[in-house]
Amino acid sequence: MSLDSKVPKGELANKWTDYKSKVPLVAPNNKRRIDVIVVGSGLAGGAAAATMGELGYNVKCFCFQDSPRRAHSIAAQGGINAAKNYQNDGDSVYRLFYDTIKGGDYRSRESNVHRLAEVSANIIDQCVAQGVPFARDYGGLLANRSFGGVQVSRTFYARGQTGQQLLLGAYSALSRQIHKKTVTMYNRHEMLDVVIVDGKARGIITRNLITGEIESHAAHAVVLATGGYGNVFFLSTNAMGSNVTAAWKAHRRGAYFANPCFTQIHPTCIPVSGEYQSKLTLMSESLRNDGRVWVPKRKEDRLKNPLEIKEEDRDYYLERIYPAFGNLVPRDVASRAAKYMTDQGKSVIEHGNAVYLDFASAIERLGEDTVRERYSNLFDMYERITDENPYKVPMKIFPAVHYTMGGLWVDYELNTSVPGLFAVGEANFSDHGANRLGASALMQGLADGYFVLPVTIGSFLSKEIRTPKISNDLPEFKQAEKAVKERLNKLISIQGNRSVDSFHMELGKIMWDNCGMARNEKGLKSAITKIQKLREEFWKDVYIPGKLNELNPELEKAGRVADFLELGELMCQDALDRNESCGGHFREEYRTPEGEAARDDENYTYVAAWEYNTNNVSAPKLHKENLVFDNVELKTRSYK
Amino acid sequence: MKLTLKVWRQRNSQDKGKMETYQLNEVSPDMSFLEMMDVLNAQLIGEKKEPVAFDHDCREGICGMCSMYINGQPHGPVQGITTCQLHMRSFKDGDTIYIEPWRAQAFPVIKDLVVDRSAFDTIIQSGGYISVSTGNAVDGNSLPIEKGLANEVMDAAVCIGCGACVAACKNSSAMLFLSAKAAHLNMLPQGQVESNRRVLNMMDAHDDAGFGSCTNTGACSAECPKGISLSYIARFNRDYMKASIASEETTDS
Ligand SMILES: Cc1cc2nc3c(=O)[nH]c(=O)nc-3n(C[C@H](O)[C@H](O)[C@H](O)COP(=O)(O)OP(=O)(O)OC[C@H]3O[C@@H](n4cnc5c(N)ncnc54)[C@H](O)[C@@H]3O)c2cc1C
Ligand code: SF4
Ligand code: FES
Repeated sequence: MSLDSKVPKGELANKWTDYKSKVPLVAPNNKRRIDVIVVGSGLAGGAAAATMGELGYNVKCFCFQDSPRRAHSIAAQGGINAAKNYQNDGDSVYRLFYDTIKGGDYRSRESNVHRLAEVSANIIDQCVAQGVPFARDYGGLLANRSFGGVQVSRTFYARGQTGQQLLLGAYSALSRQIHKKTVTMYNRHEMLDVVIVDGKARGIITRNLITGEIESHAAHAVVLATGGYGNVFFLSTNAMGSNVTAAWKAHRRGAYFANPCFTQIHPTCIPVSGEYQSKLTLMSESLRNDGRVWVPKRKEDRLKNPLEIKEEDRDYYLERIYPAFGNLVPRDVASRAAKYMTDQGKSVIEHGNAVYLDFASAIERLGEDTVRERYSNLFDMYERITDENPYKVPMKIFPAVHYTMGGLWVDYELNTSVPGLFAVGEANFSDHGANRLGASALMQGLADGYFVLPVTIGSFLSKEIRTPKISNDLPEFKQAEKAVKERLNKLISIQGNRSVDSFHMELGKIMWDNCGMARNEKGLKSAITKIQKLREEFWKDVYIPGKLNELNPELEKAGRVADFLELGELMCQDALDRNESCGGHFREEYRTPEGEAARDDENYTYVAAWEYNTNNVSAPKLHKENLVFDNVELKTRSYK
Repeated sequence: MKLTLKVWRQRNSQDKGKMETYQLNEVSPDMSFLEMMDVLNAQLIGEKKEPVAFDHDCREGICGMCSMYINGQPHGPVQGITTCQLHMRSFKDGDTIYIEPWRAQAFPVIKDLVVDRSAFDTIIQSGGYISVSTGNAVDGNSLPIEKGLANEVMDAAVCIGCGACVAACKNSSAMLFLSAKAAHLNMLPQGQVESNRRVLNMMDAHDDAGFGSCTNTGACSAECPKGISLSYIARFNRDYMKASIASEETTDS
């Protein structure tokens, strides 16, 4: 299989328009006879399923929660970017494109990113039409705020619940199609394999999570919209159920996994408070619009009451080091700076690590009411968890795993390296390079789902109009079902001594220590050995209670952790292969004299796309997609 | 803290189910309620017993998945939050805590504390949307919406679909959930076109799903983690009346 990115020829700004006018169409009467499976009902999957249903395809949509409305996208807080230039502050499609390329540290594909910027404005219009209650100003027009890594105000939001409102918009569109019977929804179903027939993706195997039944679903094409894999770290801001299983099964069946080591560590999360901690809570990036990050200048002051530390004894280190962007530097930069401060012994909590995020000057400047209006739900959330009032004392925050830029490799049409198998949203690798800008994941999910995939999938499906209905009785389905059942049987019959969580926690710690905010060769090599050992132990000693044919959350978790145990190793290998620092991937050996990330454009301006090796998980094959920059000049990213 | 837990255990929808008692000896006040449940489950798994099944996902009060009836109150003793946002500092050392699933005819128990809430999806499918297909939208700013109205709409739109309102109601009515969605859409100019059809269809779907009728006791709003106001029910009743009259007029003519 070759890596043909299928980027259309022509001027960057015309590629998408030209592509759309030339892509083969599928006539309405043919659409009715074509089945499409969409796995996932988040922003990407929900939007894609609804839109393809509207177009007339026969869609089956799957999610593991009890309703499509509960996908992890619901938790996004801060906002969604769009190049509307409503503020007249100089924004444009080109600027959004440029910011995203630069923010991603020049490791994403120009054509995809430009298309994303082009359709961004349509997303806002679409959502308003659906009734999404975006924030408004006094004139009744849409309001904007700023996010990190940019100097314009282009982020649309709905209080601190933007993801919720956008997802409910997509969910309502999806519900309308379910009612019209163009979409059939399967809740509480987990996809456990992709079925390939004659080299094309033709269906999936699922487990009904209530009855345990293993089912085959056939279609002309399969779309994965299954989200990111941040939970490989055990502790992250992702929902508890977020996992890599669907993408990993696709990878095992031939889909390449791209840039797996590109992980985003978000700078502002509530710090870990105890052993029992099950997840980490994000404090939205929007807080950095008004909050100031600092640590005491002197180590001795670190546990002192912050209100008693004088102004001149505080180090507002982001403002000091990065005067041009100040507290609004991109996430990777802000996270590393926090780590650097706590590594120097300046953590402001006794056990573990934290820095301050302080609103005192914002409250003085704007008044408490304005601050309350902007952030009350975040402040309330903070207070509920920590029992401290952020209107009175500075928040304590620390970086946490948040998002994965890596994912299934896709071409311009969002097709993975397996024909007929598409990937959208966080599940693909496509638009964010080595670091994602805030408020751009929601944009990408909805761009893929509403505006890109429904068009590009036509290129594949237009060649399938003569393909009769795919039967789920084909031997390929039977074989895949059998393999899934065998694996589940094997898992549950181990009956060892260790809980699934204990393995997951151990894996998470290995990953955080060695493949987290800073990485180095020695650490990565030792992590690989440790993960291999842990995986072996898992398959010998894991204990799963309950039975196969019933609701069994431990069994679900075990299957996911088994996949994380393979993915974790690949992430370390990818990080080891990339002998440079870029975006979220910081290799300690490669830094500038000032300690900033040092990219190596000569040798690493490529997407690393890994092919699974069925004979040996530990020896995947690397394919390189060279990135060509015709429209931007590769610069050292500077936010100073 | 040491706690005694009385937890509803039910193998599946056919099983009759019963309360079981468990002891926990090391609970930190900083734990969330669900982390306390994790500790219980870790203990059960350690004893090679079956852990308690419960729904959860985001663990930050937004997905609407968690759903425990704690000491006789949906989402427990603290107002305005979900089960996952409840912290153990709201309980005392030595407390006995009763944990049950949502109880309503329209929400059958699947296992232990997990119930089937798909009836909520059915209600939304019957009309909880604005009929606009992708690609047909005009510029977002071509329709200014007054800030106050936008805020009111948002107040209605924050419902997380958890079902606590149904669990709190002695009639198991879903009127708070239903009316919040209808209000969100009917208040907006984009949504007004379909408002009559919407309220009639959603009301039918509500009744067909086996939810009871509303007798205005207000328990729903008191227990709603998002503070959804009872006034939406009143608004719904008005809209419903209007829609019924309009539909009679159209059938008559
Ligand atoms: C706390 C938080 C705040 C955020 N805030 C912002 C923000 O302000 N702005 C922004 O742009 N981005 C934000 N993000 C990132 C953004 O929310 C996500 O990247 C985005 O929502 C992912 O959407 P998705 O549709 O790709 O996947 P998801 O929403 O994760 O959906 C995945 C879907 O796949 C299904 N699924 C997964 N595996 C399987 C399987 N094996 N079988 C069946 N179904 C499966 C799930 O049920 C679900 O329906 C935030 C993320 C977090 C964690
Ligand atoms: S109205 Fe309140 S209690 Fe009812 S489903 Fe919505 S958020 Fe939950
Ligand atoms: S787990 Fe999502 S609201 Fe409680």
